[in-house]
Amino acid sequence: MIYGLCILLFLIGLYAVVTKHNLIKIVIGFIIMENAINLFLIMLGYRMGGKAPIIWQDAAGKADIAAFANSAVDPLPQALVLTSIVISLGVTALMVAICLRVYQRYGTFDISKIRRLKG
Amino acid sequence: MNNSNQINIAEHSEGMSLVVRTIARWVKSFIFIFGLYIVFYGHLTPGGGFAGGVIICCSFILVLLAFGKERAFKRLSLERAGALDSIGALGFLLVAVAGIFFAGTFFVNWLSVPAAGSINSLLRKIGVGEFRLLSAGTIPVNNIWIAIKVCASMYLVFALLAMLRINDDTQEDL
Amino acid sequence: MNVETITIIFLAFIVIGSLIAIETPNLLSAVVCLGVVDIGFTILFLLLKAPDIAITQMVVEVVCLIILIRATVNRDKSADTGERKLFGLMTTGAIIIILFMFIMNVVPLFGEFGNPIFTRVENAPSQTYLSKCLEDTGAANAVSAVILDYRGYDTLGEATILFASVIGAIALLRKKPRKKINEPDESDSLSVVKDE
Repeated sequence: MIYGLCILLFLIGLYAVVTKHNLIKIVIGFIIMENAINLFLIMLGYRMGGKAPIIWQDAAGKADIAAFANSAVDPLPQALVLTSIVISLGVTALMVAICLRVYQRYGTFDISKIRRLKG
Repeated sequence: MNNSNQINIAEHSEGMSLVVRTIARWVKSFIFIFGLYIVFYGHLTPGGGFAGGVIICCSFILVLLAFGKERAFKRLSLERAGALDSIGALGFLLVAVAGIFFAGTFFVNWLSVPAAGSINSLLRKIGVGEFRLLSAGTIPVNNIWIAIKVCASMYLVFALLAMLRINDDTQEDL
Repeated sequence: MNVETITIIFLAFIVIGSLIAIETPNLLSAVVCLGVVDIGFTILFLLLKAPDIAITQMVVEVVCLIILIRATVNRDKSADTGERKLFGLMTTGAIIIILFMFIMNVVPLFGEFGNPIFTRVENAPSQTYLSKCLEDTGAANAVSAVILDYRGYDTLGEATILFASVIGAIALLRKKPRKKINEPDESDSLSVVKDE
């Protein structure tokens, strides 16, 4: 159920990328796809009743590593998703730059009106 | 289409209205300091180089949007941002390569981690030891390099995007 | 309410928001809807105990939103003029539904929500990262330790990708493309193609 909604979100983004005519709508669909995949990876590492993977010291300045390792959520997907989010920002900037250049050249965002993409 | 009455983000050299400029003058330093905190304490609390770099970049973007590009480029010009971008990437690589010389392996944490028992209370007071600022070897150093890189590259892309004029035929000089 | 229920509620909210963002005819409101959806993602990351990602997603989403608004403001905002034919739309819908069924068949392999695989496998890497990160690296934040110490190569590749994409964007947004001095001006070939 909970994974199904996440996959549904990914497919909504895919639908926008495939069917929409507007370049900005395609970028929006792409962002939704990226976020859905990130959320799916985070969900795979979630432990029920878990804690954030950051060790806190108690009042005596000690840290209980064994209890931490038994209760924290998975740090590995979080680390990979963290890099993926920043990459998605760079890729979005690149896509928007391409869209703006296409707009400058053809005066529209509508890809069905842009017949000469080879330019 | 070419409606000059609408909001022109960062296209006017004088920037936005008085309210925005006043608030931006107050808020921009706090955003910058918060970004620095996120970067420097990235190995102890939530955060790190990526988030902190984008937050620092947000303070520059705020200046660029509120005051226009002249004042923003006085703080961080495009040439300097491009240089910082390369410096961040190179520094990150340099720390990784330094592992070969200091410890024999690429990307090893070559700044030694002090053992828990060997630290006296004076050292802990100035910030050495577990749960202190100088604790994680190369991780804070790499965080700083990554923050510089992310901040500079995002600022560069955003400034170029904000200065791009589509509706006019003439483009602005960079 | 447990975490699963709250997550499902927020996910339903995000699904509705993204449907609106995709289907609304006005581009500016689509971008604003995307901002709302991204804030929903931020709350979900916070609920799923990923504060690092929540912070990063929040700021990245803000910058992304500014860039997209910059791209759409002062442009023609009416989005979908020529609708695709019904047959193509139905084909796309059918393919997506079949894809959904295929993926849903695979999903039980991942295990149920809240019981991740790394807790059941002996000597899983994540267990090592969690139990050894303070001893090995000295960093209290396990995510930071994984990014910059255990898996530094990933971060190096990420920095390379970011560098490449930024260089691509700068090359696209430069004032004029580089060309030779004696090359004739190509402004005729750049004319707007009219809608016939």
